[in-house]
Amino acid sequence: MNIAVCISQVPDTSARIKIASDGKTIETADVNFVINPYDEFALEEAVKLKEKFAGSTVSVFTIGGDNVIANLRKAFAVGADKAVHLKDETPKDAAGVAAILAEAIKSHFGAVPDLVFFGKESTDFNDAQVGPMVAELLGIPAVTVVVALETDGTTAKIEREIEGGKEMIEAGLPLVITAQKGLNTPRVANMKGIMAAKSKPIETKPVSTDAHSKLSLTKLEKPPQKQVGKMVGTAAELVGLLHTEAKVV
Amino acid sequence: MSKSLVFIEQRGGKVKRASLEALSKAAALGGDVIAVAIGGTGTAADAASLGNYGATKVFAFENESLANYSANAYAKLISKIAKEESVSLVFLSATAMGKDLAPRLSVRLGGALASDCVDVKHEDGKWIATRYVYSGKAVATLELQGEINIFSLRPNVFPAVKKSDAAAEVITSVYEPESADLKTIVKEIVVSAGKLDVAEADIVVSGGRGMKAPEHFNLLEDLAKVLGGAVGASRAVVDAGWRPHSEQVGQTGKVVSPKLYIACGVSGAVQHLAGMSSSKIIVAINKDKDAPIFQVADYGIVGDVFEILPQLTEEFKKVLAH
Repeated sequence: MNIAVCISQVPDTSARIKIASDGKTIETADVNFVINPYDEFALEEAVKLKEKFAGSTVSVFTIGGDNVIANLRKAFAVGADKAVHLKDETPKDAAGVAAILAEAIKSHFGAVPDLVFFGKESTDFNDAQVGPMVAELLGIPAVTVVVALETDGTTAKIEREIEGGKEMIEAGLPLVITAQKGLNTPRVANMKGIMAAKSKPIETKPVSTDAHSKLSLTKLEKPPQKQVGKMVGTAAELVGLLHTEAKVV
Repeated sequence: MSKSLVFIEQRGGKVKRASLEALSKAAALGGDVIAVAIGGTGTAADAASLGNYGATKVFAFENESLANYSANAYAKLISKIAKEESVSLVFLSATAMGKDLAPRLSVRLGGALASDCVDVKHEDGKWIATRYVYSGKAVATLELQGEINIFSLRPNVFPAVKKSDAAAEVITSVYEPESADLKTIVKEIVVSAGKLDVAEADIVVSGGRGMKAPEHFNLLEDLAKVLGGAVGASRAVVDAGWRPHSEQVGQTGKVVSPKLYIACGVSGAVQHLAGMSSSKIIVAINKDKDAPIFQVADYGIVGDVFEILPQLTEEFKKVLAH
């Protein structure tokens, strides 16, 4: 099976976000960039399928500056075979990223691969756009927010999380899958994997998302600060205030 | 003058309130507003009432194969109407269905897309969207530059406003499924019995490590039941296996904005605050007076959750009985 996994780099979830002086980006100096947590579920699922279907290849795709290399090596260490680094220091928007990724995936495999994995969204921009966009551009279906996947290589049974429940879906391959927490438990790289990662190939291609971009970010700011709250002593007092002052019950 | 299309989502034959919110917002922005309703039997019958919320015309597609969400079929029908009616704006709600559909529409229509917006406005001839990024840790202003601009709106943010008793003109269209529409088929929907989803609830009662053990969540269930709300959980308790991931609030869980969020024994890690700080009223109960959760709380009680929660449930019962 040919399997693509698209990953992005995001600040780790404990990072405090500071707005840079341009008012449009964040300060990156003290920020630790990690593989987007949802992409780890995508990667794990791809590697599991590779282990199940002999002769499969897992290729990882990412867009960004040179700081992506360490994360591509991490992907190798847990079982990815090849990586394509699409080099654009400042990717513009989801539409731009999707156009570049779709093109790169097709040219890397010479055809549309059997499965293309994404995280359900990235924890930086939270767009949840790139996966389904790439599916449309490749002309294949997508199932998003997936918590279970079972495939025989031709068809797939999928569970997708929706509000208050799950959709049980049947689909044929090729397919785009966006991974939700719960799909699997990502493995931790072992020493053998880390050693093997050093010699696996990364192909670097300079790209620009500009031509495909459809929107621009004009301002980034901290959310409005809340006023200092009121401390109360008893449950009765609290319920009274919620009823008469906040008027929420 | 702009012309807007609003996608009306239904599940189990019932129109989602979030769709009425999106329709109301489109109507408030002005211009002609049309709606597309897709679903099983009964979809067209309900469609005229969308006029109450500002739709002038509703295109209704009714077919048993559309009763459950079908990504390819829905995307095809919505983009068909968007093109035929030459709309310049498309609105959806940022629900599981809306988030799945919007990127497909943006490719099919060649439009710009802003997801999960908390504000949309037209200024100096430009369409501007406001949305949270970094899971709530920052707010971004976006300028959309498509010939068609698409917005998915965060549920529970925009009011659903019934403006009149006007009925919309309903245009019922026949739909015959084609093989391309059936590449993914929803065989079944499994609903978590009787449970309100944490992302959709008006009131969320959420528990963290301070609840000490999974069996103590019955205190939260009791309170949520009295309030008609949902139970939420911090990442720590989900990772410990005390609660299902579907209840997790925060950066790697759900982002919620209910009118009342009650955090019990939740310390308030950055990634948790990111998921709930846009709630309208936040209550924190924690025995540690320095817990970060108090910094975002509107009301706080420093104390033992095991003492306070049962009292709170009783006090709410009294107030709600009146």
